[in-house]
Amino acid sequence: MFVEFSSVSENEAFARVTVGAFITQLDPTMDELTEIKTVVSEAVTNSIIHGYNNEAHHKISINCVIYDGEIELTIKDNGIGIGDIDEALQPLYTSKPELERSGMGFTIIENFMDSVEVISTPGKGTTVFMTKQLMKSKTVSK
Amino acid sequence: MGLNSMFDIKEDVLIVRLSGELDHHEAEALRNKWKDLIYTNSVKHVILNLEFVTFMDSSGLGVILGRYKEVLQLGGEMVVCSISPPIKRLFEMSGLFKIVRLEENEEFALESLGVAS
Repeated sequence: MFVEFSSVSENEAFARVTVGAFITQLDPTMDELTEIKTVVSEAVTNSIIHGYNNEAHHKISINCVIYDGEIELTIKDNGIGIGDIDEALQPLYTSKPELERSGMGFTIIENFMDSVEVISTPGKGTTVFMTKQLMKSKTVSK
Repeated sequence: MGLNSMFDIKEDVLIVRLSGELDHHEAEALRNKWKDLIYTNSVKHVILNLEFVTFMDSSGLGVILGRYKEVLQLGGEMVVCSISPPIKRLFEMSGLFKIVRLEENEEFALESLGVAS
């Protein structure tokens, strides 16, 4: 599944609902569905606020693949990128405290997914690649 | 889906009842309304009722933290009630329960702040 949409906050709900609908074929638990939707919301919000500085004319893309009961989720922007990824991943760290951000976005993503990889080039953009194995699919495939 | 907010004042307590989805898109409007009510009324404490919130992410945590700081300045307390398991996990993850008290429902929350409901 691949979607691309404008970097406006209205699309945060669109993005999480779309990915949620796509993964229902794996028959996720309510908790798993909430976790995936939260993760999508966090990554897309990061792209809008940080990657694109709230400018509406950019694009964010989501690629979601189901492979052997595992969800592979890639969320990508072509924004300003992250200079120091380790710092950005710290709980409670935010580059924009004036916007009342909690600094918990990446921490939530890391908690809800099995693996998270952040690839970023300043001036070029950020890609967040994540995987998650769903409980039920695991039992079925083994 | 969106977010709906209802505000109610009982004595020196501002009750905030939210329903729907609280994300970055909804956060700013909520912040402005909520902030206004804290400063235009003589309230000290805030009760946040999350019973009908179906989705929340870290942007919601940011708004709550921001209001917590204001309530603290007023010498008051923030109490959260009727919280669902997924939102409870977000609160636990971010350590919010260290500063915000949790009560089972609005009635208990009011009682704990000395307001007869």
